[in-house]
Amino acid sequence: MIGWRSTYAIYRNELARFMRTVFGSLVSPVLTTSLYFIVFGAAIGGRMDAVGGVDYGAFIVPGLLMLTLLSESTSNASFGIYMPRFTGAIYELLSAPVGVAETLLGFVGAAATKSLILAAVILLTATLFVDYHIAHPFYALMFVILVSASFSLLGFILGIWAEGFEKLQMVPMLILTPLTFLGGTFYSIDMLSEPWRTVVQFNPIFYLVSGLRWTFLGEADVSIGTALSLTIAFLALCIAIIAWIFRSGWRLRS
Amino acid sequence: MSEPILRIEGLTKVYPGGLKALDGVDLEIRKGEIFALLGPNGAGKTTLIGAVCGIVRVTGGSIHAFGQDMAHHWRSARRRIGLVPQEMGFDMFETVERGVAYSRGLFGLGPDPARIEEVLRSLSLWDKRKEQIRALSGGMKRRVLIAKALAHDPELLFLDEPTAGVDVELRRDMWRQIDRLRDQGVTVILTTHYIEEAEEMADRVGVIDKGRLLLVDDKDAIMARMGRTEAHFRLAAPLSAVPDALCAYPLHLEDGGRTLTYRGGDGSGKGKAEIAAVAQALAKADIAYTGLDQKESSLEDIFVDLVEQTKGVPA
Ligand SMILES: Nc1ncnc2c1ncn2[C@@H]1O[C@H](COP(=O)(O)OP(=O)(O)OP(=O)(O)O)[C@@H](O)[C@H]1O
Ligand SMILES: [Mg+2]
Repeated sequence: MIGWRSTYAIYRNELARFMRTVFGSLVSPVLTTSLYFIVFGAAIGGRMDAVGGVDYGAFIVPGLLMLTLLSESTSNASFGIYMPRFTGAIYELLSAPVGVAETLLGFVGAAATKSLILAAVILLTATLFVDYHIAHPFYALMFVILVSASFSLLGFILGIWAEGFEKLQMVPMLILTPLTFLGGTFYSIDMLSEPWRTVVQFNPIFYLVSGLRWTFLGEADVSIGTALSLTIAFLALCIAIIAWIFRSGWRLRS
Repeated sequence: MSEPILRIEGLTKVYPGGLKALDGVDLEIRKGEIFALLGPNGAGKTTLIGAVCGIVRVTGGSIHAFGQDMAHHWRSARRRIGLVPQEMGFDMFETVERGVAYSRGLFGLGPDPARIEEVLRSLSLWDKRKEQIRALSGGMKRRVLIAKALAHDPELLFLDEPTAGVDVELRRDMWRQIDRLRDQGVTVILTTHYIEEAEEMADRVGVIDKGRLLLVDDKDAIMARMGRTEAHFRLAAPLSAVPDALCAYPLHLEDGGRTLTYRGGDGSGKGKAEIAAVAQALAKADIAYTGLDQKESSLEDIFVDLVEQTKGVPA
């Protein structure tokens, strides 16, 4: 039995928090993405050969989208749950008739919603710089939703684990961003020689970038099936960890 | 007697690190009463409240609220319980109105602007409803905490030091609030360091120290049982011993024989009568005194006594 009213209250409250800072939340990812497009798309991309018959600017759109999605989903969700822990407002959540389901749907749902809004804004921004089109819009949407939800869950775990603001930013900055950069945002695996070609395949984010690229271009280094299965497995793992956290009260209840 | 609204049995909490904050607490709260939990810093008051409200995971014991075991029926029980915490914790950038409406939703109730308005008005927060919480004064913030706790119309309300750091006027205001809640049939459990507050508000008082409930009784019964009358006669000339004529009374000399002190009575007026008798006996014996102080001991004294008494006892 899920308390839908409680879930909705959390969801709305989180979105309201997002709307209060909507300018800051959107402007920085949009600016960053624009810079990438200008540098890699227009400036350098003009001198690059097309990748697999696709203009380089269009080739990097899915990668840049993934880059933003991963870091924003993670940090939004982690701040969402870390802030009440930090301010003490968490008491209300703990004393309320809400369990794992309501908390997750509320917090993670809101974080994922923000990511989707952000994704839309970034894709709009991209149209200013490059011509691209989405080969499989339905799969693209599904994939973006799945990735947003999974990494919001990861962020939620981070927000519960972290004991300070530095730790909160550590994982997105030190792990996710490098892995995304090295995961084929700016290149196809064909452009690499051994041993890098093999090394890259151990980077889980390589599969996510490739998956999203497939939905845009209709072809990529790995199949959409592999990418989807991996994302769903990751989602399940995060949910399992969170269920454990709630059952044990770890870091939430004293 | 009807079923208690809250029944706590053998409640124990050991914090990681080994500190025993609650040590086998048994407590029953009656429906509709105002119960004051009195104890020094670190006694375990907040821990006890946290255990009922789901903030603290208990080590042992059981909690029944509204006749149901909270371990299994926490969802339905929590809907009917409100908590005003000791420490302030808010989203400071939220407006008062939104914050209170959020609390109501969080507890599973549909929006009810009329009810929210009523709560805000009763706490004199209506004019501040559009303000961000960070822009309010400390006392006002505390009221917002209360408004948040009342937003879902709880039947059982915990107030953890509602008047700490609040000025006298606001404190009296808070007492009136609590009176109003009592009239509405809300059961209130409050913690306080102010004996005055327990004396003013509570129907029953529990005294807690080092995680153990030392005493639970009707406030008046405590006063009657423990109530002592104390009188100090300042003597014109020092005495070396209590005169024989007065040895029937609980008297002793203090201050190098210059003060004759009476401690006795049972809180029912016996003390005052005995003091009058002592005064007459002193006059008859030609012992002059230049001053007389008399007072009934307060809950505070009782409390200090109790804590003193248990100090020697190993936990
Ligand atoms: N999260 C915690 N971890 C470890 N020890 C704790 C924790 N919270 C409280 N304690 C300890 O448990 C004991 C009881 O604390 P509690 O907060 O319940 O006291 P209190 O009666 O509310 O005191 P006060 O009047 O100061 O609010 C104290 O010794 C305190 O240091
Ligand atoms: Mg306390």
